[in-house]
Amino acid sequence: MADFVSDTDTLIRFRDDEQVDDAAVTVDSFLDQQDASAVRVEPGDDARALIPHLGRLSLVEVNFPAFGDGRGYSSARILREAGYEGELRAVGDVLVDQVAYMRRCGFDAFEPDAALDEGDLETALNRWPEVYQPAADARQPIWAKRHEGVRHA
Amino acid sequence: MYRYDQYDQAMVDARVEEFRDQTRRRLEGRLTEDQFKPLRLMNGLYLQLHAYMLRVAIPYGTLDSRQMHMLADIADKYDRGYGHFTTRQNIQYNWIKLEDAGDILADLASVEMHAIQTSGNCIRNISSDHFAGAAADEVVDPRPYAELLRQWSSFHPEFSYLPRKFKIAVIASDTDRAAMRLHDIGIQIVRNEADELGAAFYVGGGMGRTPMIAPCINAFVPLDRMVTYAEAALRVYNRHGRRDNKYKARIKILVHELGAEEYTRQVEEEFAHLLGQGVEPPFAELERIRGYFEDPLFEDGLSAELDRSDPDFALWVDRNTIAHKAPGYVSAVISLKPVGGIPGDATAEQMHLMADLARDYSFDELRVMHTQNIVLPHVRKADLHALWTALEAAGLGSPNLDTIEDIIACPGLDYCSLANARSIPVAQKISERFAANGKTEALGQLKLKISGCINACGHHHAGHIGILGVDKKGVENYQLLLGGSEAEDVSLAKITGPGFDEAGIVDAVETAADVYLRERQDGERFLDTYRRIGMTPFKEALYG
Repeated sequence: MADFVSDTDTLIRFRDDEQVDDAAVTVDSFLDQQDASAVRVEPGDDARALIPHLGRLSLVEVNFPAFGDGRGYSSARILREAGYEGELRAVGDVLVDQVAYMRRCGFDAFEPDAALDEGDLETALNRWPEVYQPAADARQPIWAKRHEGVRHA
Repeated sequence: MYRYDQYDQAMVDARVEEFRDQTRRRLEGRLTEDQFKPLRLMNGLYLQLHAYMLRVAIPYGTLDSRQMHMLADIADKYDRGYGHFTTRQNIQYNWIKLEDAGDILADLASVEMHAIQTSGNCIRNISSDHFAGAAADEVVDPRPYAELLRQWSSFHPEFSYLPRKFKIAVIASDTDRAAMRLHDIGIQIVRNEADELGAAFYVGGGMGRTPMIAPCINAFVPLDRMVTYAEAALRVYNRHGRRDNKYKARIKILVHELGAEEYTRQVEEEFAHLLGQGVEPPFAELERIRGYFEDPLFEDGLSAELDRSDPDFALWVDRNTIAHKAPGYVSAVISLKPVGGIPGDATAEQMHLMADLARDYSFDELRVMHTQNIVLPHVRKADLHALWTALEAAGLGSPNLDTIEDIIACPGLDYCSLANARSIPVAQKISERFAANGKTEALGQLKLKISGCINACGHHHAGHIGILGVDKKGVENYQLLLGGSEAEDVSLAKITGPGFDEAGIVDAVETAADVYLRERQDGERFLDTYRRIGMTPFKEALYG
């Protein structure tokens, strides 16, 4: 079962901590100031520019202006690979058929332009019994299950 | 060949249920067509001129008789009794109802098959050498590496909404039978001086409206880092590939605009980072997969003798069989290019027959070639006459491998909504012309490829002779190209000059063929003569 909570019409969080309400600023503006703690990453932004500042970030919004633009998936993984543990929120044209992959890439909050049907969301998040690749979530890939106990490169 | 375990089976079964659910929501109006489109494309369902087309994946072109029988059954049950084998070693059905798609996918899953990622802006079905495991010249069988990449690329959470489609081919010999350098990523498995296996990565090739030959960006990636390197190459593309113009969105444009050196630098940087992220499967997984591709039990001491007293049989043997690594065996090519036929089409009855022949004569294995023919990879020479007799009776015995009758053609305006011109009738007329004038045999190897629009699905850039159909003020017009090759001597064909109408292009092909017959020197193929004498003599004959 998905352990999500819906606080507003469309915000869905998979985190237990306090919701962050700080206004997210653009990446350029974030890099110009010392005290901003929330940022919005657009598809063309370089998520790696945030890496020196992860300590003061509590919310990263990754915008999907159109669901077919997949750059945000890489932005999310890059931030998680760099050790970011704060809220990573997918915003914009976020649809139910993409959320399972988004979860795998490290998103733990969603604020879609149009509300997601709760039943569909539940189904989508429980769809995959296994995964073929390691990603930003904790799921064990199939190859790890096949070779339990074997050390890999 | 590879068999699913419970994990692989669970994944394709889940995919069937996911797509049934998505289709239901589409039919209920809860998904818009724009929202549904990438979902159906990633399940192989493509909207053509008259109906949906379903493209079924045949990973690295390998299948067994049980699977081929199922492909035939699907043709009978859900289509019009035939299917079309494609240039990426897949099969597509042209008359599918959306409502049936879930049931078809379930039927496929019952024989360890699927249509996952056969269309859409994602990593497509991985293609390979159709003679893998049989060819005398391979370093190793390339298919285990293709299977490892198939699993890595399936349902990849980061790379399912790429700027554009992404095609990978894996080969393992210096002879390129898979158009490797005309793929987004071409991988050649090689052995280095220390006798270790590794993967040479060629990135940024492709056909389409801007054909490019992939440069080698890393000549030796150790095998236990191959998946990580592919992940790095894809991540750079996903982040920086152009999304402002779909015609400039393929990775070849990124590599071209950045320059191969800068693209490589970015990949190497990402690779260094990803090495610490644990994305590489353990070597034991590659070993597990390799276990499925061990040689069948070839018999020792077979006779290499062949009764060639029947001249028709002898011609077919000379044309359509290929040397095998095991003595007494050959690989036999079943031509899907009968004179006047539709290149790559097979009826359900023919598919059933090919399946039975594979079971009886080829250790239960078949291959799909990117040239739209079928291979029985391991046939005893002693069985060839019986095999040929059965093929002849079913219209599958055309002795024309790699000849001018062995044409690659896209579906063209007969099926495709993107096409500007028909391809199939041109292919039919050319094969009829050369069968009638008797020049096929004299011309020898002459690869002719036809596309019905600049998207180049018919590989016209890579034809020794290429034909490109265009729309000229509402009339179909055909441009002639010369000098392309998809093989290890890869090159891109050049346009001869003004185009021709449908009758004119058939004449023009014969004119070009006659220039070759007049000018050739000992042992030269059409392509060799063209490369030696250049375009001018052909232009003079065509337009002079």
